Amino acid sequence: MPIPYYVSPEQMMQDKAEYARKGIAKGRSIIALEYAEGVVLVAENPSASLNKISEIYDTIAFAGAGQYNEFENLRKAGIRYADLKGYAYGREDVTAKSLANAYSQTIGTIFSQELKPLEVEILVAEVGEAGQPSEMYRIQFDGSIIDERGSAAIGGQAEELKQFLRDKYEPALSLEGALKLARRALEAAASQKAKAQHLEVAVLERGRPGRKFRRITPDELNALLGSGEGDR
Amino acid sequence: MRLFLEPGLGSSFSELLGRCEPGLLPRFAVEGAEGAAHPAGPPPGADAPHGTTILALQYRDGVVIAGDRQATEGYQVAHRRIEKVYKADDHSAIAIAGAAGPCLEMAKLYQTELAHYEKLEGVVLSLEGKANKLAQMIRMNLPAALQGLVVIPIFVGYDLRGDGGKIFKYDVTGGRYEEIDFYATGSGGKDARATLKRIFRPGFDEAEALRAAAEALVDAAEEDVGTAGPDFVRGIFPTVKLVRRDGIADVPDARVREVCQQVVEARRRAA
Repeated sequence: MPIPYYVSPEQMMQDKAEYARKGIAKGRSIIALEYAEGVVLVAENPSASLNKISEIYDTIAFAGAGQYNEFENLRKAGIRYADLKGYAYGREDVTAKSLANAYSQTIGTIFSQELKPLEVEILVAEVGEAGQPSEMYRIQFDGSIIDERGSAAIGGQAEELKQFLRDKYEPALSLEGALKLARRALEAAASQKAKAQHLEVAVLERGRPGRKFRRITPDELNALLGSGEGDR
Repeated sequence: MRLFLEPGLGSSFSELLGRCEPGLLPRFAVEGAEGAAHPAGPPPGADAPHGTTILALQYRDGVVIAGDRQATEGYQVAHRRIEKVYKADDHSAIAIAGAAGPCLEMAKLYQTELAHYEKLEGVVLSLEGKANKLAQMIRMNLPAALQGLVVIPIFVGYDLRGDGGKIFKYDVTGGRYEEIDFYATGSGGKDARATLKRIFRPGFDEAEALRAAAEALVDAAEEDVGTAGPDFVRGIFPTVKLVRRDGIADVPDARVREVCQQVVEARRRAA
């Protein structure tokens, strides 16, 4: 009979955390910024069809960094959670806070109980309506949850991006201004040019009736980032 | 939330409800009372279950869908301002005739169903797919329908991949049939259909289509006790929506009022 070897809980958690961090670091980063009319999410994503940013509910968006299959599953779970809650109660009872908490619980449980932790970091953003502030929650691989204001970043270079945005971000930017800032941040963190066709951009627009989520099309993005400049 | 991570959950919201929250599924049939008239069912002699008229007709830019605003309970007016026409998603709308409670519930479930699919899959269901999904939901309601709680919708949509506006009608078993020009159903449906049959012309412009819808609804209200005509005293007018390539537009109350006024005015002069 093989002797079960002993690993201290500290060691085990450390190993898992390191494993997850490594996995996430391989992926590219995502930025969310509050701007004058809502929240804009910008991801570096060379694929045009596999999304990193998507809609969860009327006012709530989701972004995932790390392993695609893992955050894709979390995205679907979030939509199921939100639609079920909105159907059972009311549409305005679905909030980013409760969704972020549910994610945090789930990811935290998987981190402590399963052999392999999730190699993902996710962001839940909600645009505030009629004078309410917007909310952004960053949920890490171990289930820890961070409440962000103004700007948020997830993924391998989250810390560098956060550092950059801390100095440069200002509230009530125009969409154009916010997009340019996001691109500069991504370029600074990766120290290479961010091509416009490799950016995935979506907004939660306060002024839209009903579902606030809208993807920015490549043409629109080129126009916003300045033609010619965007095609480098 | 762990529950929602399980593989094999699919993209259908009603299936998700069935698996995770079966109590929330709209099941209105009373067990052990199969075939028996539901206590809240129609009074003996009234062949249409619950007073209402809904209609849809093609026009140049798409489809007009409309419904009156009254709900009846036996021989009483239950509600004067009920909404029977709903936006289902950006390019389709549903109007529902029948038992009010199950109707509203089905409209809500259907709206969630379409949005749920769109968000999970990242693409909108095809118009054909949307029409079929609705047929399945009506079939689910068959036991309740046999007990008197009938739900009969008209579904209209603009097919962005195909050839424009389409109208679908249904029967209680979930049978789905496409109508080419126009359709009306509900307790005043027959009268509305007769009017539309007389005045409908292919290629109506928006004003002509709205006029035809108003004519049909006024006729239905005249002939059917369950259907209410335009109410100028309380300011209650039929719900009218336009389903076009660029999305769904609500026709504002003021415009509907104007069109109804013209219809009534014309009849007064002719009398």
